[in-house]
Amino acid sequence: MATPRARRKGGFIRRRRVCRFCSEKIDYIDYKDIKVLSAFVPERGKIIPRRISGTCATHQRMLAQAVKRARNAAFLPYTTD
Amino acid sequence: MRVYELLFIVMPTEADEAVDALIEQLRGVAEERGASVTKIDKMGRRRLAYEIRVSPTTYTDGNYVVLTIEGSGSEIAELERRLRVTESVIRHITIRIDEDLKRAEKFKAKRAARLAAGGGRRRDRGSAGPAEVFVEAADDATTEDEEEVS
Repeated sequence: MATPRARRKGGFIRRRRVCRFCSEKIDYIDYKDIKVLSAFVPERGKIIPRRISGTCATHQRMLAQAVKRARNAAFLPYTTD
Repeated sequence: MRVYELLFIVMPTEADEAVDALIEQLRGVAEERGASVTKIDKMGRRRLAYEIRVSPTTYTDGNYVVLTIEGSGSEIAELERRLRVTESVIRHITIRIDEDLKRAEKFKAKRAARLAAGGGRRRDRGSAGPAEVFVEAADDATTEDEEEVS
């Protein structure tokens, strides 16, 4: 039941989004772990919203905190222009 | 007992020996106050995500060091003051991590307990099947409607 949704009539694919941190059993998101963070922070520097990434509320909060710390440590940009 | 993570960025122009000396100095300050440095992580030179300007020079690279400190919390003020005063440090952050780690520990225990009880949750979701099917059917209906309109 948790499998990705099949292609439907309308033509677009809707997939069941699962929180990546839950499925990988990550309990603490480290702000130094840029590899993980950059997956949720595209070029522009904004944090991907939950509705797009499918992250659960708990992990999104942790992620946001980690990204903000990482920005402070110059691991991630605040903005890009 | 509190656990802190002290991250600081040293100017890339600074020699490795000078960085080691600074780490030792900070360790001395911490231990003097009854705290202990449990981990020293020299992440080394890496590119900054944005330029950091310190008076005349603009830095694009930095030498990252992370110290993990266990203590009462009273030593942090002095450590931070030292970092602020030290000219070769261009950025520093202190983060208290014991509460987050404790929380992570709790999650882990919860998951272990659930697994021991026969991995309950997944099955619960399975029994909620009919509702999901109903939503799907409704979705299909709307798409068909749209097609009729066009």
